[in-house]
Amino acid sequence: MKIAVCIKRVPEMDGAFRIAASGLAVDETGLKWDISDFDGYAVEAALQLTEKAGAGEVTVISLGPVVVQETLRKALSMGCAKAVHLACDQVPVDPFAIATALAAELQGGGYDLVMFGKMSIDSANGAVGLMVAELLGLPMVHACSKLDIAGASGTARREVEGGGELVRFPLPAVVSIDEGIARPRYPSLKGIMAAKKKPLDSRPAQLGNVALSVVRMELPSARAAGRIIGEGAAAVPELVRLLQTEAKVL
Amino acid sequence: MSDVLVIAEARGGEPRKIALEALAVARPLADQLGGSVHVLLAGAPGVGAGAVTLGAHGADAVLVAEHPGLVNYDAESQAALVAGRVKSGAYRVVVFGASAQGRDLAPRTAARLRTTLASDVTSVTLDGDALVVTHPGYTGKVILTLRLSANPALVSVRPGAVQPKPVAKAGAVEQVALPVEPAASRVVTTETVLGDTRQLDLGEAPVIIAGGRGLKAAEHFALVEDLATAFGNAAVGATRAVTDEGWRPHSDQIGQTGRLVSPDLYVAVGISGAIQHLAGMRTSRCIVAINKDKEAPIFKVADYGIVGDVFEVVPALTAAVRTARG
Repeated sequence: MKIAVCIKRVPEMDGAFRIAASGLAVDETGLKWDISDFDGYAVEAALQLTEKAGAGEVTVISLGPVVVQETLRKALSMGCAKAVHLACDQVPVDPFAIATALAAELQGGGYDLVMFGKMSIDSANGAVGLMVAELLGLPMVHACSKLDIAGASGTARREVEGGGELVRFPLPAVVSIDEGIARPRYPSLKGIMAAKKKPLDSRPAQLGNVALSVVRMELPSARAAGRIIGEGAAAVPELVRLLQTEAKVL
Repeated sequence: MSDVLVIAEARGGEPRKIALEALAVARPLADQLGGSVHVLLAGAPGVGAGAVTLGAHGADAVLVAEHPGLVNYDAESQAALVAGRVKSGAYRVVVFGASAQGRDLAPRTAARLRTTLASDVTSVTLDGDALVVTHPGYTGKVILTLRLSANPALVSVRPGAVQPKPVAKAGAVEQVALPVEPAASRVVTTETVLGDTRQLDLGEAPVIIAGGRGLKAAEHFALVEDLATAFGNAAVGATRAVTDEGWRPHSDQIGQTGRLVSPDLYVAVGISGAIQHLAGMRTSRCIVAINKDKEAPIFKVADYGIVGDVFEVVPALTAAVRTARG
């Protein structure tokens, strides 16, 4: 089974963000970077599928400046077989431009399955995987929390509002991974050493027309400082009064 | 090309709140463009009954696609239907709700039309030939203002970001039956697993009562459910720690890797306020926190806090809310 997983390098969200002097990007000083959460689940799910099948390999693909090669190396150290870097100066915010570049790379690659995280944690659009499926003309299951492949077809549970749906689909297909499927493994020392020798190809990203661009980035206005209105059940009457008269939500 | 198309969702014979919120975005855009607002309402026979509500919220015409094959959302059929309609209309802008369905449908439609999409936006304005939208990114810690120059321009609107706006003088809404034959989908749904159908959806509930690890055990979520019942218009949410423990289903999870919600009132019960959780609820209009640790980070974002044992405070609050609501 030949699987491609498309991943994105994102800053860890725990830190405080500042806006760069340009006003068009976050200031990267001091930020730590990693594979986007859902993309990490997708890598883990792909590795487990090939391990279970006892055959096949996982190719990991990422688009962006040269520094994304660090993220690709991490995926290789987790057990992916090879990596492709689609080089561009910066990752556009336009999901169709990204999808165009990924589809051009994936087209003709002979993949049985193309996997994405449900969304990236930084831009939180969740559009690229679905767009790639349409551009490749493949069936697509979005937000899978369970996934199984048997022969030339797959089954999945996809998350919808108020529950889930069990679905069946033919391969080749595109899927995106929601939470609940698997926690990403930590790379072993052996895996880290092996990753240095695994193939990592870099070629220019064939981005399409960019029709969505950043005009401004800002930090949201801080919430007004709240107040602790009291301790224990004795504070409940005052809370109810405030919810009725001040917040007007009761 | 000056009309605006809204892709509506209905449930139980009525348009969902998210459809009315999308209309509240579409109406002023159409007025500025000098065009009309059309709504595409697809579903089982009878779904067209919702046209009256849509008219009362600014729709000029409702395109009704009724078919027994559209009882459940089917991605491939709906994307073909919507893309076909956009191609045959004079639509400058197409507005989706960023619900689970809209988040699935909008990117598929955009790619079929070989255009792009601004997802999960909180405002949309016209600036010359382009749309300018705002979108929270980086788990809500950064607000991006984006320029969308595609034509047609597709946007999906974050649930709860705008209020539905009834029109003062609703005219007669034109209802147009759209001939539709659902396509055979390659992805076949074999079973639907519904959660608790008595529950309001997290994206639509005006009030959310969410529980965290401070509740100590799955059975103690009864406290949260009782408080939600007392409010009458509340849904129950949970933190990732709780869903990881299996106390609640993953679909209840609010946070960076769960649902992003913006209710009028968010009550955090026994939730410390991890950054990943705050990412999913910090845009709530009013936040109440109940936690025994007065240093818990949740108090930094809460409008009102009570320091105390949830097993003592929550039942008292439930009783007080019942009394207040009569």
